[in-house]
Amino acid sequence: MKAKDVPQEDSILEGHRRACYALDDSGHYTVVPSRGWEVEKIVNGIANADLREELEQVRQRALAGQASPLEYHMQRRQMTPALLAANTGIWSWRVRRHLRPSIFPALKPAVLARYAAALRVTVEELTRVPTQPE
Amino acid sequence: MTAAFPHRHAAHCESGTIATLLRTRGLDLSEPLVFGIGGGLYFIHVPFVKLGGLPLTAYRIMPRAIIKNLTRRLGIRMHYERFRDADAGMRRLDELLARGVPVGLQSNIYWLTYFPIDMRFQYNGHNMVAYGKRDNDYLISDPVTDVTVTCPADDLKRARFARGGPFPPRGLLYYPEAIPARPQLAPAALAATRKLCKDMLDTPIPILGVRGIRYLANKVENWPAKLGEKRARANVAHVIRMQEEIGTGGAGFRFLYAAFLQEAAGLLNRPALQDISRQLTEVGDRWREFAVLGAQLCKGKESSASVYPRLAQLLRQCADDEQRVFTDLRAAL
Repeated sequence: MKAKDVPQEDSILEGHRRACYALDDSGHYTVVPSRGWEVEKIVNGIANADLREELEQVRQRALAGQASPLEYHMQRRQMTPALLAANTGIWSWRVRRHLRPSIFPALKPAVLARYAAALRVTVEELTRVPTQPE
Repeated sequence: MTAAFPHRHAAHCESGTIATLLRTRGLDLSEPLVFGIGGGLYFIHVPFVKLGGLPLTAYRIMPRAIIKNLTRRLGIRMHYERFRDADAGMRRLDELLARGVPVGLQSNIYWLTYFPIDMRFQYNGHNMVAYGKRDNDYLISDPVTDVTVTCPADDLKRARFARGGPFPPRGLLYYPEAIPARPQLAPAALAATRKLCKDMLDTPIPILGVRGIRYLANKVENWPAKLGEKRARANVAHVIRMQEEIGTGGAGFRFLYAAFLQEAAGLLNRPALQDISRQLTEVGDRWREFAVLGAQLCKGKESSASVYPRLAQLLRQCADDEQRVFTDLRAAL
């Protein structure tokens, strides 16, 4: 790739620039900052669209009472039950149990506080899901 | 020192971080040289290890191996510390920064809010340099950002002490303890290059090195039938993200390694490496073609049935070309 061919397209970088290695006019490699590449935007978009779609499904299920708000906030942080367990120090089987909409409302404040801290939300936020997609 | 930290923009977080740490201690090596001597290049496709439900594909070696290889080959002694307790880990960082020691940190990229939101995911293998603290913000020289950034203390604490998943950082911090006055660059570069040729060409395991690229080609061809169109696209997108998005300098580190070969040509006094660098650049351009075609598929521009065989064909060409490049490279050493 030549330096002049390094893509400078609108992408996901939000004004950041990424270092690309490319050849200058004399054929030497040099670092060329790139504003972004459409290819990146497309493939990143696929991954993030999937995440958003999953999150929205959880939100809908939570509003319908079929999922707990905890599951929504876990998903929002791109976590799995195993990851949430590791980050709260609560056993995995307990986390999975706490995710059930029938169990979640009965959780003690101390347990809620641990989940809230690990997910960086307030306890108040943790017990609700947004009425609109974020 | 906070006003004029010698930040340098790099393609890859690990090579950039160790290069920055060494530079602040008076050993100024380019990122390509660090990447080459650290043996950073590789290829691996592991269908049975999943990241976010997608098969692991990497164009480089394991996290932290670049730092380990580089420091071992150059005789640099590193200091590593991990922490059981997050507060103790933050206090220790503050202490080092107060003494003016720039510190390398391993972190989970999801919690680093100075990155664009769409690039943040639960991944524990990010590296950067902390070089100071102002009020409640850390001053960070993150090699993959073009300028220095600041990071709120709570972000950094979460990033350093994220638990679970592969390679949990456990607060890892590191800095060079002793650097030889005249590190032997040429023998180190030679040893690293020989090792890479061996790893790329001679592996008995079909998912590694050049064989791994062919293995991926076969998989790609079968994805639509096996997984359905949507999952197949997601898999292709994931491979391309690993190749381009995560900070590779372009073409899955192939351009970065070609830059190393240019530098090594002079260092080792082997002019033939210039030509091999040129060949590897061409392979890199082909990897970029693969990315472009894959992205067109993801965007729905291409009628999909015909695209997967073409993607596989490009991958097989990349494999054949890399086989030739590394065979020539070995002969030239």
